Amino acid sequence: MTTRSIPDAKDLEAPTRPAGSSASSTAPRDARGTGASSPRRRSVAWLGFTPFAAYVLLFLAIPAVIAVASGFFSASGSFTFQNLQAFADPTILKAFQGSLLVSLVSAVLGAVIGALVCFALLGTKAEGFLRTVVDAVSSVLAQFGGVMLAFAFIATIGFQGFVTLWLKSTFGFDINSDGALLYKVPGLIIPYTYFSIPLMILTFMPAMEGLKATWGEAAATLGATRRQYWIRIAMPVLAPAFFGSLLLLFANSFSSFATAAALLSQGGIVPLTIKQQLTSETILGVANTAGVLALGMLVIMVVVMFFYSLLQRRAARWQR
Amino acid sequence: MQTLPKKSVRRLVAGLAFTAAVGIALTGCSSSSTAGSGSSANSNAATATSAKDLGGMDGLVKAANAEGALNVITLPPSWANYGKIIAGFEKKYPKIKITSANPNGSSADEVAAAKSLKGQSTAPDVFDIGTAVLNDNLDLMAKYKVSNWSDIPADFKDADGAWYYDYTGLMSIGYDSSVIKTAPTSVKDLLGSDYKNKVSIKGDPTQANEAASAVYLAALGNGGSADDIQPGIDFFKDLKSKGNFNSTLPTQATVNSGETPVVIQWSYNNLAWGPAAGSAGNPNWKTVVLPGTALGSYYNQAINKDAPHPAAARLWEEYLYTPAVQNLYLASGAYPATLAAMEKAGTVEKDTLKTVGEAPSDFVQLTSDQATKAATLLTAGWAKAVN
Repeated sequence: MTTRSIPDAKDLEAPTRPAGSSASSTAPRDARGTGASSPRRRSVAWLGFTPFAAYVLLFLAIPAVIAVASGFFSASGSFTFQNLQAFADPTILKAFQGSLLVSLVSAVLGAVIGALVCFALLGTKAEGFLRTVVDAVSSVLAQFGGVMLAFAFIATIGFQGFVTLWLKSTFGFDINSDGALLYKVPGLIIPYTYFSIPLMILTFMPAMEGLKATWGEAAATLGATRRQYWIRIAMPVLAPAFFGSLLLLFANSFSSFATAAALLSQGGIVPLTIKQQLTSETILGVANTAGVLALGMLVIMVVVMFFYSLLQRRAARWQR
Repeated sequence: MQTLPKKSVRRLVAGLAFTAAVGIALTGCSSSSTAGSGSSANSNAATATSAKDLGGMDGLVKAANAEGALNVITLPPSWANYGKIIAGFEKKYPKIKITSANPNGSSADEVAAAKSLKGQSTAPDVFDIGTAVLNDNLDLMAKYKVSNWSDIPADFKDADGAWYYDYTGLMSIGYDSSVIKTAPTSVKDLLGSDYKNKVSIKGDPTQANEAASAVYLAALGNGGSADDIQPGIDFFKDLKSKGNFNSTLPTQATVNSGETPVVIQWSYNNLAWGPAAGSAGNPNWKTVVLPGTALGSYYNQAINKDAPHPAAARLWEEYLYTPAVQNLYLASGAYPATLAAMEKAGTVEKDTLKTVGEAPSDFVQLTSDQATKAATLLTAGWAKAVN
């Protein structure tokens, strides 16, 4: 009873968290209460959005259009569909396959493990030491990517990594006996999952915290078991937030570049293939193919977003 | 009645905000391009084809000092002694500050930087560029002949001075002698079980010339030739299936830590990562140039036609072709372009030449046509061979 005011405060905070999706699903009542302002106020508030809109236009929309458009020109500058032939190239198809595999597996692993951590954290005090620490650590680790992360893993489970050497000297077990564990496409799943889990905790925890204790009490009063409560009430309510976070993890892994570039010198995922087309000094005149590959990545993201919106529409029924 | 003016106000505000944003972006561009106006003050330096056009070396130095800056690109300090070469230039011409951009980039990155930064003060002034990319971008190069132009052999330079060879290494195998006890004597040795998970090359051959050269070397050692590098691709396929290929990108750090115990790369890089690097190097690192046909590939020097510091760029070229710097290339294990002339004139450092060894007489370098043909084979076969 005494903690009732705290979840409410959290709900208000939630929209400022990275995952807008989770907030919208769990705090509709509060949002409606505070968001209803007069038309005049709204038009002024709209002004505050302008810098962001300009930013998105200048640094996201325009470059994206230019990048994709470049795929439809030949090296000499004339319009062509020739570059689309890249999608018939088995090497490039394999790179897409590799990218999808790594992003999907690491996103699912990250989402499931992260959700379990959030579930475990529900049992702790909301403002307690443990939760504050996990929150802070997650914020740091979710941003710990790129070359630093790659080197951290090389130092841990690379050929000379300390875990590798320790396992070898203590148990005679060589984790690299079937070829390198880390330096191939499936090996990327390890570092990618590493930054996916804290990101999941950051984005999913607000949704978990949004679960009202009263719902559980109501369900229990009506004779529901704990299991029934989770399957029939909590999980449907959390589903949009969960899949929203999953999508975020997928997108994050799908576009990751620096970690992979430091670990793999032989391509294998789409961002590295794009780099290869752009910077090659042995195969010339293929720079425009990169635009077509960017288009391919874009299409995949659009498809994922489409499924997400289907899910959202279905979830909206429960939320009404 | 109320909504109509409000809407137009909203539209006006949006328009203003957008205009402001674009304005900021555009002024950002224009201010940085005016910063590069040093070139207009030196328009005669930009067209000078030799030091004479600027009143001899003194005039060139004076013009370069007035510019006070030089942008070089993709010159790693441990590559062919560029660390010492750059430091030497700054010592000799203290008024000129060198900015070294993107040290680990490729030749294609040099061209991309020159194109995208054109007209700005940060554009690269000079290129150190692979032959294939050079031939594709000859229109970017200014013509200039260094004072000792005649020391560069005729087939090492463009007759008009658009480009000139600077140095070549030989493809070599570097290995950690604490792990690999007996030195490899042929490429085929690398298929042995001692080399499990150990052999790496400098990146993706469909991307980096140095990595592609490792494939060419493997071709030469397996019955292929500069005209047919397929045996090289097949060799790496074999190496991969035996579990010997290590797809980590080797660097000085990975060599030092033992992560990449065997690296096929230019001799000057293998030498630079060994005991020569002191504490940053691997004291057990040894370099072998395999017996038989050696493989080399000269890099080229060229001046950016739109160099923001045209005089400094020309002074840099003069500096590079002085015997002192050519000896620095040699000391790194790279053979400088004027080596023959230096041997004749006695300006070569005898001890250095003895350590590095005479340039081999049996030496293959892919022509631009052969490189194009090799690229077609690599495009079709490389990823299939190693992924």
